Amino acid sequence: MTATVRYQDVEVGTEVPVREFRVDRAGLVRYAGASGDFNPIHWNEKFAKDVGLPDVIAHGMFTMAEAARVVTDWTGDPGALVEYGVRFTKPVVVPNDDKGAVIEIGAKVAAKLDDEARTVRLDITATSGGKKVLGRARAVVRLA
Amino acid sequence: MALDQSFVGRSYPPTAPYEVGREKIREFAEAIGDTNPVYTDPEAARALGHPDVIAPPTFVFAITFKAAGAQVVEDPALGLDYSRVVHGDQQFAYTRPVRAGDRLRVTSTIDSIKSLAGNDVLSVRGEVHDEAGEHVVTSFTTLVARAAEAEESR
Repeated sequence: MTATVRYQDVEVGTEVPVREFRVDRAGLVRYAGASGDFNPIHWNEKFAKDVGLPDVIAHGMFTMAEAARVVTDWTGDPGALVEYGVRFTKPVVVPNDDKGAVIEIGAKVAAKLDDEARTVRLDITATSGGKKVLGRARAVVRLA
Repeated sequence: MALDQSFVGRSYPPTAPYEVGREKIREFAEAIGDTNPVYTDPEAARALGHPDVIAPPTFVFAITFKAAGAQVVEDPALGLDYSRVVHGDQQFAYTRPVRAGDRLRVTSTIDSIKSLAGNDVLSVRGEVHDEAGEHVVTSFTTLVARAAEAEESR
């Protein structure tokens, strides 16, 4: 576990810059295959609408995976992650066009938890189409 | 219909081992667009102190959810209507990252059953251990089964 960010170099409020992640229908099919989650709401428009959704939506776990990238790219070693949790507040709607949807994800240091364990809590924000798609999205990481 | 509260605290037997393969990790990393070499290159993983390539943090969900799905969600005695289920909340507590070569067993436990505004809210904990019996990660999954009435009155 060798994070590259040093505990002593971060402060409460230190920001991890917002990044954009694009997701289209092909990406959802690929994620379905890789994750084994073949729920048709993620690839079948008719099914999604029949169960009351506006359109096909991204897997919540796909959004959670992208949000994790923001954290693990910052720490350097994904093994530095100690805790990670999110609430799925709004679905990411993925239209059937050549653009798909965009998820904007950023984070900031919300607390320095333990000077000895060198752990900090990051609060993550994730929005798509101007709506917050994750709530209480938090990661605890062990820094160098 | 509200779920039976007597299921709270119920644990299911550990699953048969799931063997984590390098190429499965690669496939997952590619599907989430993550090019971190620690997921695909054993040398890069070893440089960070891992014995082999590790899996992205959410990879393990496929394993814990499969366990929960086969045992809890489809437990006929519990009576959850899966066609109305959405994923409400997900948390992980890691002892170490999942890595290639791991043979992982999941022990699922129902942590809570609540009824909120007619929705059934089911929280399932999946404890993941390796072949040596060491803890790897615990997954906390909250599923929400939307109320049938709300659906019909739309």
